[in-house]
Amino acid sequence: MKYIDEYRDADIAAKLVERIRKAQTRPWVIMEVCGGQTHSIVKNGIDHLLPRGIELVHGPGCPVCVTPLEMIDKAHAIARRPDVIFCSFGDMLRVPGSSGDLFSIQSQGGDVRVVYSPLDCLKIARANPDKQVVFFAIGFETTAPANAMLAWQARQSGLANISLLVSHVLVPPAIEAILSSTENRVQGFLGPGHVCAVVGYSEYEPLAARYHVPIVVTGFEPLDILEGVLMVVEQLESGRGEVENQYSRVLARGGNRPAQDLIAKVFEVSDRKWRGVGTIPDSGFHLRDEFRAFDAEHRFSVTAIDTQEPAVCIAGLILQGIKKPHDCPAFGTECTPQRPLGATMVSAEGACAAYYAYGRHLRESDLVGIGDLRR
Amino acid sequence: MSTSKIDDTPVQTAESAALGPFGACPLPIFNHPQIVLGHGSGGKLSAELIEKVFVSRFRNPTLDRMDDQAILQVGSARLAFTTDSFVVTPIFFPGGDIGTLAINGTVNDLAVGGATPLYLAAAFILEEGLAATDLARVADSMALAAQQSAVQLVTGDTKVVNRGKGDKVFITTTGIGLVERPTQLSADRARPGDKILLSGYIGDHGITILSQREHLEFEGALASDCAALHSLVREMLDAAEAAGDLPGVRVMRDPTRGGVATVLNEIAVRSRTGMILREPEIPVHETVRGACELLGLDPLYVANEGKLVAIIAPSIADAVLAAMRNHPLGADSCVIGEVVEQPAGMVLMKTTVGGTRVVDVLFGEQLPRIC
Amino acid sequence: MCLAIPGKVVEVFSSEGMHMARVQFGGVSREACLDYVPETQVGDYVLVHVGFAISRVDEEEAKRTYEALAELDQLGELDIPEMSGKSGGAA
Repeated sequence: MKYIDEYRDADIAAKLVERIRKAQTRPWVIMEVCGGQTHSIVKNGIDHLLPRGIELVHGPGCPVCVTPLEMIDKAHAIARRPDVIFCSFGDMLRVPGSSGDLFSIQSQGGDVRVVYSPLDCLKIARANPDKQVVFFAIGFETTAPANAMLAWQARQSGLANISLLVSHVLVPPAIEAILSSTENRVQGFLGPGHVCAVVGYSEYEPLAARYHVPIVVTGFEPLDILEGVLMVVEQLESGRGEVENQYSRVLARGGNRPAQDLIAKVFEVSDRKWRGVGTIPDSGFHLRDEFRAFDAEHRFSVTAIDTQEPAVCIAGLILQGIKKPHDCPAFGTECTPQRPLGATMVSAEGACAAYYAYGRHLRESDLVGIGDLRR
Repeated sequence: MSTSKIDDTPVQTAESAALGPFGACPLPIFNHPQIVLGHGSGGKLSAELIEKVFVSRFRNPTLDRMDDQAILQVGSARLAFTTDSFVVTPIFFPGGDIGTLAINGTVNDLAVGGATPLYLAAAFILEEGLAATDLARVADSMALAAQQSAVQLVTGDTKVVNRGKGDKVFITTTGIGLVERPTQLSADRARPGDKILLSGYIGDHGITILSQREHLEFEGALASDCAALHSLVREMLDAAEAAGDLPGVRVMRDPTRGGVATVLNEIAVRSRTGMILREPEIPVHETVRGACELLGLDPLYVANEGKLVAIIAPSIADAVLAAMRNHPLGADSCVIGEVVEQPAGMVLMKTTVGGTRVVDVLFGEQLPRIC
Repeated sequence: MCLAIPGKVVEVFSSEGMHMARVQFGGVSREACLDYVPETQVGDYVLVHVGFAISRVDEEEAKRTYEALAELDQLGELDIPEMSGKSGGAA
């Protein structure tokens, strides 16, 4: 597959690893922001390819993990309604709320459907005029154009039986929250390549300048990740803290203007609560007033949901890169592939889940005996 | 407040007791009060259900082996005995239908136990409103598949349930075969040094089904690989016997739901060995690859209906592989890895890019993702 | 976050007032909305996320950057500029 296969070339990967090894003179802590990048790293075994001393920590780029419990509970309350067809990306199906998950709601008779694209909801709405179709519009900026288009098309076509439950979050405020924390260990970032394809990367420049950290906007294939790491390391070694673009075949500084235009017409920035982190100002999207009619939170009175959430939980620390799954006392013991325990375990892009799926609960020493597998 | 209690959750401190060990971290639910779809996925949820609800109540040495079939000594004969249910939607798909699956699936479970499949029983649960022509089509497929495998359908049952209480048709087939050779095929027989053989391209069936499913549909030249494998198995056992090492064929499994990854993990756990796979050796068609990349799925976990994996002693691996390649259903057979001593119970894979990852067992169904 | 993969546009059409394309990914194809990359032509590669093309692949840039990667020399010392005070060897 073009633009995929060649970015999995083992020889070039080895060369990149060697360049990193040569460039590096001391340990560095680098955060990859996107859950998709985490997935790629663990699935391809990239963290085991990197030289010792390059520590990759996983950032909060996992909308599944950061969606607050209240929002999950609202989603579930709506999904339980007999007049509702609840549509969601597959990622959210297994996230537990205060009681049950979307699977259990389905088993109790709820109509829950996995969709690939928000536009599929329009078809479902047209085919089921006597039902209310509700789409769980989660995601970072990458998914905002798609969710915006659903809202836009719904209004254009005058469909009365469709609405969106919006839980959008934005990356730069999350990075700022991480950088401003006194416990921050992260020295450089692999920036979110697909988020930036939509919104560009100019927002990251003030962050890089203020905190003097390298932010290299990076793609998702193994060679992208390795090249991104190399660029971060080279910056760190030379004392620079700038924004660079590794993923130039897909994006430029300004991002996608038509997408940004529609996002601005449909959404407005607002404060958002992040699970395990708390409220971060101006860190999410809400539907604008003009689209209130399509806002599921307004259409369905989902009130008085009994939700309790402490200020900090271990998944929150992992999401901020302050702790790694290995640091969690339960990781690999009470919390194992057979008995998953944490928020970040729920789907493949959560840091712990990615680790469990790909076995990072093995420490380096556990892989002794298969030395010939490592270059 | 999240979480259903898990039986073996450790004791918590007073303040966190109410919330679970990690505050609001939600526990993916294991102890569902109702059955959920994940229980049928072949992953950890399924395994838990089967163990807790069924195996625990019916313990006996044969059941405890949890192989795809039961090998029973009845008088002087060794019989293989198995059952399987087929609930696929849609019931017709490129490459087959629920009827072909129902015959071939059970034939295959007998075959990988080293048995010559002989007789089948079939039970049908029909939903009120099912088109008679559809049922006839399914029955035709079953008749053809049975004939091609030289198995006889010797008994059966039919029930009809109210509209909405079924899904067009559910079929359960039960099969009996004769194990004529002194094979010792079982999931606990893999040994370090053994080779892991795969009979061809993976993921075709599961991705074909997925492509027909609303809201995930895509186009491509996809067809299920549904096929009866007993003649392929026969060639493999012939080759092993000719090489003087029939017990060198340690395990054979057909990787249906849960895919190759699930089956290899089961073997690794039962055999208390590790396994190392090599990603570049694992054959995947471009169509399956494209679909998997698009939806964020891993072909290792996607169902197959006409493939087998076999763990073979190194001394006869080449001979068995050659025999497989000579057979139409095994033309693309390859060695995808080895059995190793450590890490016991785990399957590792060297990735295309040169890294190493663990191929774990899924929790429930593999779902398309956007992340 | 953000599973998006590059695919080749094999057909463009309109549907429900939206600019659409049939995009090929390996051996499968699926429709995707092109409203965000309106200049796309048949034969272009686009990056598709949840049924929307969010960017076009700049094939010139892809070629240029990939060639740079492919030409990476494993020895490395020859092209890393010397920096005073920098200690040699990896950590």
